[in-house]
Amino acid sequence: MLGRTANGLFWMFRYLERAENTARLLEAGLRMALTRDLVTAEEEWRSVIATSGNQAAYEAEHDGYDGNSAWNFMLRDKANPGNVREMFGAVRTNARMARTNISSDVWEAVNESWMALDKMLARPIGQNGVGDVVQTIRRAGMRVHGALDGSMLRNEAYHFARAGTFIERADSTARILDMKYFLLLPSLSYVGSHLDTGQWDQVLRSVAGSRAYTWLNAGQIDARGIVEFLVLDDRFPRSLAFCRGALREQLAALARLHGAEGTSNELMREADMHISDLTVDEIFEQGLHEFLLDFMARNVAIGDAIAEDYRFLA
Amino acid sequence: MFGSSDNFDEMHDADGAVRPAYSDYCRWFEEQETDALKRKAADCDESFRRTGITFNVYGEDEAEERLIPFDMVPRIITASEWRKLTRGIEQRVRALNSFLHDMYHRQEIARAGRVPERLFCNNDAWLPNMVGFSPPGGIYTHIVGIDLVRTGPDEFYVLEDNARTPSGVSYMLENRETMMAMFPDLFSQVHVEPVSDYPRRLARSLAACAPPAFEGSGGAKPTVAVLTPGIYNSAYFEHAFLADQMGAELVEGGDLRVIDGRVQMRCTRGYTPIDVLYRRVDDDFLDPLTFNPESMLGVPGIMDVYRAGGITIANAPGTGICDDKAIYSFMPEIVEFYTGEKPLLPNVQTWRCADPDSLEYVLDNLSDLVVKEVHGSGGYGMLIGPTASRREISKFRKKLKANPQNYIAQPTLSLSTCPIFTKKGLAPRHVDLRPFVLVSPTGIDITPGGLTRVALKKGSLVVNSSQGGGTKDTWVLKD
Repeated sequence: MLGRTANGLFWMFRYLERAENTARLLEAGLRMALTRDLVTAEEEWRSVIATSGNQAAYEAEHDGYDGNSAWNFMLRDKANPGNVREMFGAVRTNARMARTNISSDVWEAVNESWMALDKMLARPIGQNGVGDVVQTIRRAGMRVHGALDGSMLRNEAYHFARAGTFIERADSTARILDMKYFLLLPSLSYVGSHLDTGQWDQVLRSVAGSRAYTWLNAGQIDARGIVEFLVLDDRFPRSLAFCRGALREQLAALARLHGAEGTSNELMREADMHISDLTVDEIFEQGLHEFLLDFMARNVAIGDAIAEDYRFLA
Repeated sequence: MFGSSDNFDEMHDADGAVRPAYSDYCRWFEEQETDALKRKAADCDESFRRTGITFNVYGEDEAEERLIPFDMVPRIITASEWRKLTRGIEQRVRALNSFLHDMYHRQEIARAGRVPERLFCNNDAWLPNMVGFSPPGGIYTHIVGIDLVRTGPDEFYVLEDNARTPSGVSYMLENRETMMAMFPDLFSQVHVEPVSDYPRRLARSLAACAPPAFEGSGGAKPTVAVLTPGIYNSAYFEHAFLADQMGAELVEGGDLRVIDGRVQMRCTRGYTPIDVLYRRVDDDFLDPLTFNPESMLGVPGIMDVYRAGGITIANAPGTGICDDKAIYSFMPEIVEFYTGEKPLLPNVQTWRCADPDSLEYVLDNLSDLVVKEVHGSGGYGMLIGPTASRREISKFRKKLKANPQNYIAQPTLSLSTCPIFTKKGLAPRHVDLRPFVLVSPTGIDITPGGLTRVALKKGSLVVNSSQGGGTKDTWVLKD
């Protein structure tokens, strides 16, 4: 398989994941805004934009935070190069480049989703339309993953696609946790305090983990429980532990197919050692923010090593 | 004679009776409900869009990708008509390959005075680098598309030879897939030769042209790759489609590098040599060291590897000269010279404007003629006299006078028509036909059918997709 194609597949699934994560973040924000008065909603939208990492670009365009500006900014605003419309365009462009290495089911899932979304996002989105858009994005993600799962050979192409998914997902969960935690605990307050449960609920909703968390914790919502769930619980498909495990599998499979391990496998092992057997207490002792920064840095390094090991670029 | 009822109607004879080729189809068609057919037409469009069968239009950002309109009434050719056609095509393609070899070697046809020497020496598509070199297997044009038009029951003319990089084969394949998906019952009533094995035939034909370097590498199969300029090329869909169907890699210039005297592609496991490169990049962009130094699409040094026997390039560089319309005008002589036979498929009568007498005739009769640029393609830069306005004609007259050797002229033939499905029912439209031919040292292989292009506007003779033409599924009936 061509290095360029591997690169295309890896990024196709990173962008797909990123679009889906953006949609979830937005969905959580929407829900919060509906339960708040206007002023608090402003704070909500600020935190949604901040979590997406685009505060500066947003503030260059807008004086204040309101829902309409926020979701249009995230979904389609040209001032935001990371808007969902662009991201999905990148998913499709990468799919076209990798066309000979994906099944027609995957291609059609991407192409049809793109046709629907591109049309939806061609015009500004009003209050009544935003829910549909968010759903369409989430369904697009599910369709493509479903097609991948059900129609692709378990070959290199598949493993690069999955590796891209989990690198991106791990990064997203870590970033949401870091940002929200920072917003929730502006000073070094007492860990595990009974903070605004609505805010914590938004964190969970941003990673589609609200129901799962409730099942596991019977409604007991606090910082400790959430960190344990989003970092260490490897049953939850968006937790850091789960993403690392899934990524480890992909890298091991690639090494098997190639008959040799590379730097990425080595970094993966180091990262594994760092997170395995860790307890919530140890994370808080070290500082959640520091822990997450380290996690994200290792994530980036593994991604770079994959590109290097498998000759993504000339 | 233009767009009138004098045209040969492929479905009906002069008395309005259905011709034998269409009898089974028409019987089926009579049984269909018009509303259901209308719905099917919309389904077809949707299906093409979903599968992404589009072509790109340059310079239109918003409408970057377009569908080629598809018409669901097939164009039908009987087995005996097809047998005659293939004999003519084979003869022509053999002559084309012999001509190319001769042009880059002893140029005997010029020495014999059958074509003027200036014809190739002054031609931009003629590559001095190819002189004295024989490509692997002696094949110059591996994939050929011969454009045909029909004017009567037994009258087919060659309109154009596409020996450089004929495109459209993916539409031939997808048109058939779409028809079979939409009208499965039809195919159980009418027996049509399949086309779906074209990619396998292409892969086999290309593999049979492996370069000398491959012999040394043992019992393995030659590695075939398709070279595309990239996703913004108008035919990218076709490149991806063919690579996919052949199980070959789809490569871009940036993936390739010359290492150890071979052209190698950057794979996740490292660099891997390519034996046969089906390139869909023009000569000019193929090798920045030999041709256009600005090109990012090609592979620096590929021509040296080629000349040393390290790779097969299909089609061979320099074959484009056969697409030249001045050469076309000599094809009857060319066929006779190399095959010793009269051409089975005639040319359309052609005036070379380089010749003063012809120029005079052309200038006097512009409103009856089609005038084409010698190097032009895709319906650009041409004048269709009978439909042109007086202003267009006088503008063209100036261009023609300023640079006569750049043009040829042909009469407007009364092209055959084939019905298309419109909102008001069936309506006749002009069609042409591009069969696809594969050439290897083991033989010439012609897929039964080809791409039928159809002018969608009433009376129009322009069938090019870039000019708003559509396509049809093309059937060759089984005996």
